[in-house]
Amino acid sequence: MSAKTLNLTLRVWRQKKPEAAGQFVTYKIDKISPDSSFLEMMDLLNEQLIEQGDEPVAFDHDCREGICGMCSMTINGVPHGKNRLQTTCQLHMRSFSDGDTITIEPFRAKPFPVMRDLVVDRTPLDSIIQSGGYITQRVGSAEDANAVPISKTIADKAMDAAACIGCGACVAVCPNASAMLFTSAKMSQLNMLPQGKPEKDRRALHMVQAMDDNGFGNCTNIGECEAACPVGISLDFIAMMNRDYAVAKVKKIFSGAA
Amino acid sequence: MTSLGKKYIMAVTGLILVGFVIGHMLGNLQMFLHPDWMNAYAYKLQNLPYGLLWIVRLGLLAAVVAHIVTAVLLVLENKRARPQGYSVNATLQASFASKTMRYTGLILIAFIVFHILHFTVRATHADVTAAYYALTPIAGVATMHGSADMAGKLVPDVFSMVAVGFSAQFWYVSVFYIIAMALLFLHLSHGISSMFQSLGLRNKTWRLRLDRAALIIAIALFIGFASIPAVSLLGLLPYQEMVNTGVTVPTALTQP
Ligand code: HEM
Ligand code: FES
Repeated sequence: MSAKTLNLTLRVWRQKKPEAAGQFVTYKIDKISPDSSFLEMMDLLNEQLIEQGDEPVAFDHDCREGICGMCSMTINGVPHGKNRLQTTCQLHMRSFSDGDTITIEPFRAKPFPVMRDLVVDRTPLDSIIQSGGYITQRVGSAEDANAVPISKTIADKAMDAAACIGCGACVAVCPNASAMLFTSAKMSQLNMLPQGKPEKDRRALHMVQAMDDNGFGNCTNIGECEAACPVGISLDFIAMMNRDYAVAKVKKIFSGAA
Repeated sequence: MTSLGKKYIMAVTGLILVGFVIGHMLGNLQMFLHPDWMNAYAYKLQNLPYGLLWIVRLGLLAAVVAHIVTAVLLVLENKRARPQGYSVNATLQASFASKTMRYTGLILIAFIVFHILHFTVRATHADVTAAYYALTPIAGVATMHGSADMAGKLVPDVFSMVAVGFSAQFWYVSVFYIIAMALLFLHLSHGISSMFQSLGLRNKTWRLRLDRAALIIAIALFIGFASIPAVSLLGLLPYQEMVNTGVTVPTALTQP
C-alpha cells in the first residue's frame, strides 16, 4: 500500500432531472488512496455529501469489473478517462496526481438525455440492437455449436466485434455523437458468422436505419471512437458495416428483397 | 437518405474531384515547359469534339454541388446530434486535418469560385484578360500532345495569361492560391484515405497504407499546384522571357 494520498478538486455536473438546467459544482475531497478505483472515490464523495446533508451524485455502475458497460462519465473530456482500454470502473486513482482538478461530465449526445447528474439514458443503443442485432432461431432448436465449421480467423474477428460492452463511449467521444462503432460491432459479430448470414442484408439495412432514426450523427472517419473504446473495437468494423450496407442496398434496389 | 448513403456520396464525389485535381495539376505543370505546351494543350481542351468540354464541366459541377450539399447536410445533422458539448475537450487520435474538413472545404469553395472567375471567365483583372486575348502563334515545338502540326496557328496565350495572373503586381493572388493549396493538402490528407473507409474498402493494414498514400498524394498536389504561382510570382519560369503581357501585340497579329 502506498502511504501517500491524494487531495483533489472535483468539478461535477449536477442536474436534478432531464428538463432541469444543470451546472458544474466544485467539491474538495481529501485523503484518497491511489489504490482506490475512480468509482470508489465517487462513493467517498457521496458519503461526504450525505454527511453534509447534500444529495449524492447519481452515476451509473454495476459490475465494477469492466464487463457490463454500465459505468459511464466523461473524465477530463474523455469517456472512461484517459487510460486506453479501460472502463471508468477499472480506472484507478493512481492515474491522477495530488492536487489535480478533475472535471466529470455525463456522456453528451442528443439521443442520450441526462436523467440525473451523470446518469444518461442509453436505451437508443438497445433499440438499435432490437432492430436487427440478433439471429432468428426457434427456442430449443439450436444446432450443436461444433456442427457448423467456422474458420479460426473469422471466429476470432467475430469475437473481437462481440467484445463490445455497449457502454456508449464511442458516441460520447465522437464530436458528431455517431453510434457507428457500436452499431458496426453489433452488426458485424453476426454478419461474419454462418448463423448470422441468412439475415445479413436485412440486418444491415434495419440497424443503420435505427441508428439514424435515433438521431445519432454521422461518422467522419476521425477515429476518436476506436481510441476511446474500453475494449478496443476497431474502425475496421465500421468499414465492414459500410460495405455490408452498400451491398444490401444494391441488392434491395435491384431485387426488391432483403 | 441514410447516413451511410450520404457518406457514399461524399466518397464518390470526393473521388471524382481528386481524379480531376490530379489531372489538372499534371496539365498545369506544362507552365514549366515551352509556351507551346500550355497553349496547344489549352487550345485542344477548348476545342474538344462532341461538346466534351461541357460534358466534363457539367459533370464536375454536379460532383462539386453534390459534395457540398451533402457535406452541409452531414454537418447540420452532426451538430444536431451533439447539442451540448463538453466543458473540457480532449483529442485522442484524430488528426488536425480530419477535424477541420468542413472549414478547409468551405475555403476551398471560395477558392474554386475565384479561380473560375480568374482564369476561366477571366473577369477579375484586365491585364489577365488582355494577356489571354493577345493571341500567340504556336511555334511548332514538339510536344507530347503533338502541337507540331499546329505550327503558325494563332491561339489564346494561356501561358502568358497565367504568368501575368501570378506576376508580382498581383502578388496577393499568388499568395491566396498558395494558401488555398495548403488547405487542399489538409483536406485531401484526410479525404483520400477516408473515402475508402466510407466505401467499406479499408482495414487496419490498408488504413496505414492509405493514410500514407493520401499524405504523399496530398503533398505532391500541393507542390505541383503551389509551385506555379510561387515561381511565376518570382518571375522565374523557365520561359519567362516569352511571357507576353498583352500590351505589345505580337507581330503575327499586326501583320496578318
Ligand atoms: C468545394 C468545397 C468543399 C467542401 C465544402 C468540402 C467539404 C467536405 C467535408 C465537410 C467533408 C467531410 C465529410 C465527412 O467526412 O462526413 C469532405 C470530405 C471529402 N472531400 Fe471535400 N469539400 C470540398 C471540396 C473538395 C475538393 C475540391 C475535393 C477534391 C479535390 C474534395 C475531396 C474530398 C474527399 C476525398 C473527402 C472524403 C470523403 C469521405 O470521407 O468519404 N473535397 N469534404
Ligand atoms: S461498471 Fe460494469 S463495466 Fe464499469
